[in-house]
Amino acid sequence: MKNYFSKNKDTLITLGIVAFAYVIIEIMVKQGAISSLFKGLLVPLCAYVILAVSLNLTVGILGELSLGHAGFMCIGAFTSAFFSKLTVGVINPDWLRFVFAILIGFVFAGLFGFLIGMPVLRLKGDYLAIVTLAFGEIIKNLMNVLYVGRDSKGLHVSIKDAVSLGLEDDGQILINGAQGITGTPKDSTFTAGFILIMISLIIILNFIKSREGRAVMAIRDNVIAAESVGINVTRYKLLAFSLSAALAGVAGVLYSHNLNSLMATTKNFGYNMSIMILVFVVLGGIGSIRGSVISAVILTLLPELLRGLSTYRMLIYAIVLIAMMLFNWAPSARAFRARIIAKLPFGAKKALNEEV
Amino acid sequence: MALINTLLEVDHLSISFGGLRAVDDLNLSIKKGELYGLIGPNGAGKTTAFNLLTGVYKPNEGIIRLDGRNITGLRTIDINKAGIARTFQNIRLFKDLTVLDNVKVGLHNLYHYSTLAAILRLPSYRKVERQMDERAYELLEVFGLKESALLKASQLPYGKQRKLEIARALATNPKLLLLDEPAAGMNPQETKELMETITFIRDKFHLTVLLIEHDMKLVAGICERLTVLNFGRVLAEGPTSEVLKNPEVITAYLGE
Repeated sequence: MKNYFSKNKDTLITLGIVAFAYVIIEIMVKQGAISSLFKGLLVPLCAYVILAVSLNLTVGILGELSLGHAGFMCIGAFTSAFFSKLTVGVINPDWLRFVFAILIGFVFAGLFGFLIGMPVLRLKGDYLAIVTLAFGEIIKNLMNVLYVGRDSKGLHVSIKDAVSLGLEDDGQILINGAQGITGTPKDSTFTAGFILIMISLIIILNFIKSREGRAVMAIRDNVIAAESVGINVTRYKLLAFSLSAALAGVAGVLYSHNLNSLMATTKNFGYNMSIMILVFVVLGGIGSIRGSVISAVILTLLPELLRGLSTYRMLIYAIVLIAMMLFNWAPSARAFRARIIAKLPFGAKKALNEEV
Repeated sequence: MALINTLLEVDHLSISFGGLRAVDDLNLSIKKGELYGLIGPNGAGKTTAFNLLTGVYKPNEGIIRLDGRNITGLRTIDINKAGIARTFQNIRLFKDLTVLDNVKVGLHNLYHYSTLAAILRLPSYRKVERQMDERAYELLEVFGLKESALLKASQLPYGKQRKLEIARALATNPKLLLLDEPAAGMNPQETKELMETITFIRDKFHLTVLLIEHDMKLVAGICERLTVLNFGRVLAEGPTSEVLKNPEVITAYLGE
């Protein structure tokens, strides 16, 4: 048992930090110490954490650049919201339906990751960045023209407008083009978000420490050497990228089941969102899963915490971005951190050194 | 019945890049358990020959047989599975992985558990990982790297990085080990130790070794037979002592 603990120390520390933060926030919510604005931010925050952690699997562990992570989130959000709307009242209880919705978001986003990765990841070079960028935009725009309705005859699909669905009188529009999906059951809670963060972290951290995870990192460090020891490069690239996309889909499920009306806009599933997630990953430290969690939390909450400063808000936000970048990447800051770590007691020192 | 004792048989192997025939009609026949040297001046095509043997390049002509099996044109990973492992002239380690994990990547195809077992940390994961650790530590011990196991590969000094590359190649359990200038950048003391290690692993792991080397002391010290390449063509071949006395070889190395 002691051996088990020491081998998995950094994983347990990361999980411990998240659990601790969850308990503190839960207590604050119960005490009423948190504004309603802040409370409304909790579920999106969980989604952003999962997005950042899953993107780090592609960027930090696999070493490929993806600029369309929000696109996979979008897939997860719409497929699961559609499913939930279809099955409200059919599948009981609600939590079971939500579990199915999560699985559907996971599988569909993962499937799209697989389909996109299959041709692109065979190529050498940064083609993935270009293709994922295009993919994110295409998915978002596609969702804006998609109409799906249901009546006694079954499902109707159109990409023109709601009228051309030709619904009967008893018909109901499920996906209404640019207006998206309205009336998704509000299954997402902060607790559900916390559980999903924990599951995502366990999946990713355990994956990294497995033979397949090592193969992925070997490919990142040196493709030619990886091939020379018999590693199937395309296969493991695809595995890591699909897993990353699938977890982004889970974040999408969480996001969509928190909203009354789900629309695909530039703000939530567009290029800006993909870049924001990438900023979380880069500032948290590429390849550092724990760093992604922390930076996603700080950078999501900061604009809200600074709201009181009105005019100076974005200025301070920018300064924090620069400070985090320096803290994580500047050689002198890294040397400073190494000195601090050297002064810490032994246990803490080792944990920080081995941080994944 | 010479074939039974032959591990690697190369027939009329050629490749051209543009108008340049980088390897031109190369023939090799290496016996099981042999320590064979491939030497020649810079640009003679030695590393290209290695890249042909490991499937990095596909030959224009010729056949490569390993243990009687035709492996010409196979992918690099399949050639590794067939039993050829290599090191690189300019070291190619997985620099951000630990020394231990570098070797464990080499063990990748010999140990198996499912992705699900890894994510859920099932007993099969723990059992196989323990076996991999044991095997990896055994290999590291051979190269005196056991104490450095938890360092990052990039933190190792140069000489140890070369050794780690050999350990990683050995982890794939090859029949034939290709070493591309294993002594490059080493001082005489390190070179001497390396010679002992190469002979030791050849005997311990029942290997056949083909090595490219510029250090004539090392070549003369451990290689049983040699092939000399010059401008892509075979200049001489045979037992080491004879080849090194060959006037043409001396001219190729020292100039007219």
